[in-house]
Amino acid sequence: MMTKVAAPRTATRLGETDRLDLWWIGPLSVFLGLSLFIVYATFRVFYNAHYVIDTASSAYLLSPFYSPLILWDGMPPWLSPGILILWAPGGFRLTCYYYRKAYYRAFFLDPPACGVSESPKKNYTGETRLLLFQNIHRYFLYLALLFLIILSIDVGYSCIWPDGFGMSIGSLVLLTNVVLLGLYTFSCHSLRHLIGGKIDCYSCVAFGHTRHKMWKGVSILNQKHMYWAWASLFMVAFADFYIWMVSTGTFTDIRIF
Amino acid sequence: MSNVTTLQIYRGDNESGEMVEYQVPRNPGMVVLDAVHKVQSIHSPDLAVRWNCKAGKCGSCSAEVNGKPKLMCMDRLNKYPDDATISIRPMKTFPIVKDLVCDVSWNYEVNKKIPAFKIRKGERKYYQYEADRVQEFRKCIECFLCQNVCHVLREHQLKDEFCGPRFLVRVAGLEMHPLDTEDRSELLKNELGVGLCNITKCCTEVCPESIAITDNAIIPLKERVVDRFFDPLGWIARKLFKKT
Repeated sequence: MMTKVAAPRTATRLGETDRLDLWWIGPLSVFLGLSLFIVYATFRVFYNAHYVIDTASSAYLLSPFYSPLILWDGMPPWLSPGILILWAPGGFRLTCYYYRKAYYRAFFLDPPACGVSESPKKNYTGETRLLLFQNIHRYFLYLALLFLIILSIDVGYSCIWPDGFGMSIGSLVLLTNVVLLGLYTFSCHSLRHLIGGKIDCYSCVAFGHTRHKMWKGVSILNQKHMYWAWASLFMVAFADFYIWMVSTGTFTDIRIF
Repeated sequence: MSNVTTLQIYRGDNESGEMVEYQVPRNPGMVVLDAVHKVQSIHSPDLAVRWNCKAGKCGSCSAEVNGKPKLMCMDRLNKYPDDATISIRPMKTFPIVKDLVCDVSWNYEVNKKIPAFKIRKGERKYYQYEADRVQEFRKCIECFLCQNVCHVLREHQLKDEFCGPRFLVRVAGLEMHPLDTEDRSELLKNELGVGLCNITKCCTEVCPESIAITDNAIIPLKERVVDRFFDPLGWIARKLFKKT
């Protein structure tokens, strides 16, 4: 049987495709997930309250959105300590190779999905010109490594109770946050390059074998970079939310031992 | 299970064409390419389709099946519902010669821009663990599905400025080879246009050889370009330690 049906060869309108699967679920989920985080983080940073548990009867818990806590005498009341630090982890995520893929697809629809048409653009320049700033990612990586140390110290403080060492749900939340942020940071593509990926001949350079092993280790983590990115994003928001709720008395931070 | 499969196949050339519907008998184990061959034998002997090995290794039978770039010989019919109509179009990025056959010669012109392997002088010994990384890139069968799905080429048609994922894989295979001494970072930045890739990973998604094109080839090459042109600390370090 042969039936002719009219069909233009090329799709030219945004979203036009022959794909029959639910291709739009991916970009829509990313759009909603990232938007939700951005709205929550912005609100919490400008909220400028309930970010720390600092009482005589409990351990010290500080929200990761406000760590390291920068305060000084005469600090304007409108200036949130969160604003002073959040640009660094924010910049690390903004320029991250995974998030670039995610927001180019979900926010800029460039492309919305594979084999799906974009809105016509005249001057596509990719990551040249205006988006050259993405190349700063490795510098944000250096800051992210510093933040990991700071957040690990916060976990340490959360285990110091007035009567000695102890752990609560809050310290477990902060610990999980640091572990997931660590997995996200140590699976970074730039770190993978800097730690050994840039070497072609490992047997020709000093510490080449060690650097190859480190590169292999980061490469294993790197395969799941997207998962670490989402898990750590969720956990950092949850850690802040938990401390907010404990601070307002909505949750009780239960001590485990 | 229905014993008939309905296909809609693009018939025409680069100027004009239409989707033509065919019904062919379906047998167990058939792939899309088998169904296309049935169309040739039963309905339309003049249907043009390029194929060779039927084993997913020659990279000839690339097409878009229900809008997804695929090798027709590796796409089993039993994945599709019995009553579904399967649409088959030629790759969108390249000019159509006839029906499902595209003119992919542009790729071979791009390939000529890439400087060949330049072996280092002196000892030429290296170890398997150093070769592992570049061996992944040698799996490429040049089906050009990655070139087809890359939106820089497909939507923006920047063929004069961007070489496409396939050739970034080739450059990666040369650049990361332990014995190669050629520096292609300037070529990557300028002529091959690695900066135009916005790493949306469609090339990786469609690769029939499962090469991690974006993570293992394109991003490391982008990082090498950053090393050379966009990292002021790296530039200072190179000056201090007199590295080139």
